[in-house]
Amino acid sequence: MSNTSKTVTLNMGPQHPSTHGVLRVILELDGETVVKAEPVLGYLHTGIEKTMESKLYYKVLPCTDRMDYLAPMSNNLGFCLAVEKLMEIDIPDKVQWVRVCLAELTRINSHLVWLGTHALDLGAMSMLLYTFRDRESIMDMYEAVGGQRMMTTYIRIGGLAMDIPKDFEKDIRNVIKVINNGLNDYETLLTNNEIFINRTKGVGVLTADEAINLSLSGPMLRGSGIKHDLRKANPYSSYEKFDFEVPVGENGDAYDRYLIRVEEIRQSIRIMEQTLDGMPEGPYRAHVPGIVMPPKEDVLYKMESMIFHFKLITEGFKAPVGSVYQGIESGKGEMGFFISGDGTNKPHRVRVRPPSFINLAALPKMCEGNMFSDVVCAIGSIDIVLGEVDR
Amino acid sequence: MFEVILFASIKVLVVVAAVLTGCAYSTLLERRVVGRMQHRIGPNTAGPFGLLTPLADGLKLIFKEEIKPANIEPITYMLAPMISFVPAILTFAVIPFGKDNTFFGQDFTLVLSDLNIGVLFVFAVTSLGIYGIVLAGWSSGSKYSMMGAVRSAAQMISYEVGYGLSIVGVIIIANTLSLRELVEAQMGPLWGTITFLPNWFVFSQPLGFILFLTCAIAETNRAPFDMAEAESELVAGYHTEYSSMKFSMFFIAEYANMIAVSAVGATLFFGGWHGPFLDSMPMLSVVYFVLKVFMFMFFYIWLRATFPRFRYDQLMAFGWKVLLPVALLNTLITAFFVIL
Repeated sequence: MSNTSKTVTLNMGPQHPSTHGVLRVILELDGETVVKAEPVLGYLHTGIEKTMESKLYYKVLPCTDRMDYLAPMSNNLGFCLAVEKLMEIDIPDKVQWVRVCLAELTRINSHLVWLGTHALDLGAMSMLLYTFRDRESIMDMYEAVGGQRMMTTYIRIGGLAMDIPKDFEKDIRNVIKVINNGLNDYETLLTNNEIFINRTKGVGVLTADEAINLSLSGPMLRGSGIKHDLRKANPYSSYEKFDFEVPVGENGDAYDRYLIRVEEIRQSIRIMEQTLDGMPEGPYRAHVPGIVMPPKEDVLYKMESMIFHFKLITEGFKAPVGSVYQGIESGKGEMGFFISGDGTNKPHRVRVRPPSFINLAALPKMCEGNMFSDVVCAIGSIDIVLGEVDR
Repeated sequence: MFEVILFASIKVLVVVAAVLTGCAYSTLLERRVVGRMQHRIGPNTAGPFGLLTPLADGLKLIFKEEIKPANIEPITYMLAPMISFVPAILTFAVIPFGKDNTFFGQDFTLVLSDLNIGVLFVFAVTSLGIYGIVLAGWSSGSKYSMMGAVRSAAQMISYEVGYGLSIVGVIIIANTLSLRELVEAQMGPLWGTITFLPNWFVFSQPLGFILFLTCAIAETNRAPFDMAEAESELVAGYHTEYSSMKFSMFFIAEYANMIAVSAVGATLFFGGWHGPFLDSMPMLSVVYFVLKVFMFMFFYIWLRATFPRFRYDQLMAFGWKVLLPVALLNTLITAFFVIL
C-alpha cells in the first residue's frame, strides 16, 4: 500500500454487509473523512423493463413484484393503474378500498424492513429481528389474500386476483394491533436513544433545494421539509376519500427521515382502519369484457366468460396507440410507470421511474465531508432496494 | 519443592482449561441469550440445549481451509493472533478465584500468583492485547483491516487513561495494589456499620464502577464500542482476512478478554469471591466468583443486543471529554474523603 497521495480509495461493495444488496460505492477517504463517494450500479441488472415489453399486458404483472420485492402490492398497483388509464377502465369501489388497504400494508412492510436494516447498519442488531417478527404478520396477510408471501401479484388489471377472504377485516385488525405494539418497542429502543440520535442527527443532510434539484421523492423529499405526497398532490385509487397527515421533517437529516417513516407507519394504520370501516360491497373485478379477466366462477358456468377467458389467456387484449404515465406514492417515493401502447397486445415500451434509483443519486451529496461510518447511515436512510435500482 | 511445582502446574492447567472452556461457552451463552432477546431460539441442536455447539464450532474451525491473501506480511500475520491471545489468558494469573483453604494437608491458595502489584499487572497485560489487533490489521494488507486496527489503537489509547483512573478510587480506599488484599478489604458490612449491605466497593465507589464498566467495554472492543470490527462498516475489521484457527484465536482472545475484564470487575467492585456461608463451605467461594463473572458477561451480551454502535469520532470525544474528567473528579473526591 505505497501511497503518495493524501487520500485512500476504498472500494465498498458490491459484496459488503451494509450496501443493501449489490450496491458498490467507490469512496475516497482522507483518514476517516469521505472526500468523494461514487455509487456504481448495474450488478443486479435483470432487464425487467425489456422483459415487460415482450409480454402480454397481464403477464407483465409478476415482473413488477420482482423490482421492489419489499413492496410488491405497490408495484402491482402502479402498473395496473397505468394500464387501466391506458384502457380507460372504471374500477369498482370495493376494489379501490382493498387496493388502498393493501398498498398501505405494503408501505408498512417496506418501512419495517427499512427500519430493521437501517438500525442493523448502525449496530442495533436486535431491531432487525423485531421488525421481521412483526413483518411476519404482514406476510401472513399477503398469503391469506393472494396465496403468496412475497411476490403476491394480487392486484390485477381491472381488479384483484380473487375476492378478499372472509376474515379479511379481522386479520387486518390483528395485523394493526401487532404493528402498533411493535412500534412502541422500536420507539423505545431508538427514538430517544442517545447513541442513535448521535449517529443520525446531522448525518446525510439535504436541504430543500438540493432535494428538489435531485428530484427526490418520498420520505427523502419530505425529510427536507417539502410537503409533497402523491396521495395528496395527485390522488389515485380514491386516496382523496381518506383522511391522513403527511409528516414533514425540518433538518433533512437521517434522524428526520427516521421520524417521518415511523409516523408514516402510524398514518398508514389510520388509512387502513378507514378502509376497513367503510369497506363497500361489490364485485372484486370490473366488468369489462375482453379486457378484464372474468371471475373464475363465471368462467366455469358461463359460456361468454369462458370465451373471453380463453381469448385473454391466449392473445391478451389490444391496447390503443398512445402513452400514459401513472405515478404512485410507494413506501420509497414516487413509483411511476410509463407505458406506450402501439395497437398490439404487448406494450411497445415500459419505463419505470424507480424511487430508489433516483433517490440514490443523492448519496454523494449526503456523504461527502462526513465520516466513513456515516456512509453506511446515509445508504440506509435512502432506503434502496437494488432490484428496483437496477431493474 | 517438587510438590510446590506440581501443585502450581496443576493449578495453572486447571485455570487455563477453565478459562478456555469459559470462552467456548461464552460464545454459546451469547448466542443463546441474544437469541432469546431477539425472539429467536439460538443454537440448540448439537447436544442437549446446544451444549455441544462450542465443540462443533471448534472442530469446524480447526478443519477449515486456511485462506491467506497474497499481499500479507507472513510472519506478522501469523504472530498477530497469538499476540492477542496470550495476554488475554495471562490476566488470570493474578486473579483470586476463591477463599484460601487446605487441601491434602497443604495450604492451597486459589490464586496462581499473588503479586503485590496485581492491579498494575492486569492493566499492563490487557493493554498488550492491542498489539495483536494492530499487527493483524497492518499485516493483512487490506484497507478494511487497516482501518479497524487504526481505530482500535486510537480507541485503546483514549480509554486506557480513563480505565486506569476509574479504579484509582478503589486503590486509594483499600491502600493496596494486590488483588487478594483488595478482596480482603471488601469483607464485612458496608463501612463497618450498615449491616444489610456488604462492604463492596461498588457501593462506596458507584461512579468509579460506572466508569470502569464503560471503559472496560471499550477496552475489550465490545458493542456499543466495537469500532475495530464494526461489521456493517468494516466488514469484520482487523480480522477480515483471517480464517480457520487464526480467526478463532482472535475470537477466543475477545471472549477471554471479556471474561478477564469481568473477573477484574468482580474482584475490584463486587468483593471477588465473597458471599454467605463461606466459613462452613470454603469451596463455595469459587461458585460466587463464577456467578459474579457470569453477571458481568450477561451485561455485556445484553448491551450488545440493545444498543447501536458509536461513531468513531463520537467515541473519542466521549472518552476524552466525558470519561477522563469524570474519572479525575472521582479520584479527587475519593482522595479528599480518605484524607478526612
